[in-house]
Amino acid sequence: MATSEKISAYERVQAARSSARPMGGHYIKHMIDNFIEFHGDRRFGDDAAIIGGIGFLNQKPVTVIAMERGNTIEERMKRKFGCPAPEGYRKALRLMKEAEKFKRPIICFIGSSGAYCGIDAEKRGQGEAIAENLFEMMGIKTPIISVIVGEGGSGGALALGICDTAIMLENSVYSVISPEGCASIIWKDSSKAPEAAEALKLTSHDLYDFGVIEKIIVESDRTTEEICSDLKSAIISEIFSKEKMSEEELLSARYEKFRKIGA
Amino acid sequence: MKGIFDFLKIGADKTEVLCKKCGKETSRAKLEENYMICPECGAYLRMGAYERLEMITDKDTFEESDKDLKGGDPINFPGYDKKLDEARKNSGLPEGVVCGTAEIGGIKCALFVMDSKFMMGSMGSAVGEKITRLFENATKQKLPVVGFTTSGGARMQEGIFSLMQMAKVSGAVKRHSDGGNLYITVLTDPTTGGVTASFAMQGDIIIAEPGALIGFAGARVIEQTTGEKLPAGFQRSEFLLEHGFVDIIEERRRLKYTIANILAIHKK
Repeated sequence: MATSEKISAYERVQAARSSARPMGGHYIKHMIDNFIEFHGDRRFGDDAAIIGGIGFLNQKPVTVIAMERGNTIEERMKRKFGCPAPEGYRKALRLMKEAEKFKRPIICFIGSSGAYCGIDAEKRGQGEAIAENLFEMMGIKTPIISVIVGEGGSGGALALGICDTAIMLENSVYSVISPEGCASIIWKDSSKAPEAAEALKLTSHDLYDFGVIEKIIVESDRTTEEICSDLKSAIISEIFSKEKMSEEELLSARYEKFRKIGA
Repeated sequence: MKGIFDFLKIGADKTEVLCKKCGKETSRAKLEENYMICPECGAYLRMGAYERLEMITDKDTFEESDKDLKGGDPINFPGYDKKLDEARKNSGLPEGVVCGTAEIGGIKCALFVMDSKFMMGSMGSAVGEKITRLFENATKQKLPVVGFTTSGGARMQEGIFSLMQMAKVSGAVKRHSDGGNLYITVLTDPTTGGVTASFAMQGDIIIAEPGALIGFAGARVIEQTTGEKLPAGFQRSEFLLEHGFVDIIEERRRLKYTIANILAIHKK
């Protein structure tokens, strides 16, 4: 692979979507000890597009919420290719509230083309589920670290993205709309997705420059093990620094992190 | 965007309008008298922000805030500056939301009213900033907030800045709520995408106008992606009421009365 500066925005989009790219489940497996998965939103059902549970990060109890699209075709069908339904976001919020009660930091892994798009998802309030997460996560009193590991697709990604520190893997992307969607709406031509990807400024380097994310984990010339290990160290150090803050300081810094963006 | 009424076919003087739904003509004056509802078939015309404010607030009580606040072109998106100029010219508005304070039934509140004439009420940085400031001021002054939503969703020409407005506004709504203050949202046609997935659905009380399109994903996108046939009335107010996502569907002519009543019941 070329050096990081020479990769085009659309090449990064493709890297972020690559079926070989590890998603949330991989990072849980390689980063969290004694992980126990918890299921269900206690309202409607369990959404396999989001894995939630508890475990140890370097001997520290944490709650982990991770988007996962699966590896085999069967698993991908079951996990809806990683596109969460309302019950997935509600499960995530339930587990975050539990983390708050037991004073555990929360780690969110984001990698999805977006919230699940379907009749049932609308029936069960896809918009309301995301809205509720944005609202409640602004008030969760323990540190939240969000890591974009794949495609950070719009509101469906942001629903796990209200955090104290946002980290992106270098070749992940984070955007308000897919380049294909943007190209087809603006230029009536989805084949102009590479131009749209460029225009949307959706790479980790763009978002770092905008102050939307705080950290980039370098990927070029690194193995998946090295990337995972760098990411683990970054998360540990972020949790360590956020835990030194009082609840009030933490929430006010979280508010300001988003308050300063735009106009 | 002229909603369901076709002004252009009738002539530039705009005194007569044609309802696209029933195809009948009506006079502009008659339409205004009738709360911008077609007197022939009962269809709801999309309302501009100032028309809405006139309908909802007590006479001469509205004080506008951040009237001239505009957003920039944060990601230098091709053609966006031109598009903004056009939107301003065509709508006569600097941005897609009007904010301020007013009295409704004698009770002071903070209001925001989105306007679909401005780039389909899409959420750019200026829209997010204006609504955030409104909530921050309402929190300080302990005022209830009444918000009218209409939006096609994100303003994609602002990229990640558009997406982050959902987070920014949500933070301000949360603080307002934590202060024990009331937030009423009125969902009007259409309320979709990122606005539905943030402040439209964060009200303590959620009211919808009859027949309004309200949803997260676009109906056509759902049909194309899943191949499923959409049920009748999909993503309309009545569908959301049935599935438990709005408190009340209220007729336009009764909206002011109902909002005033809710404000009175919550008066401290």
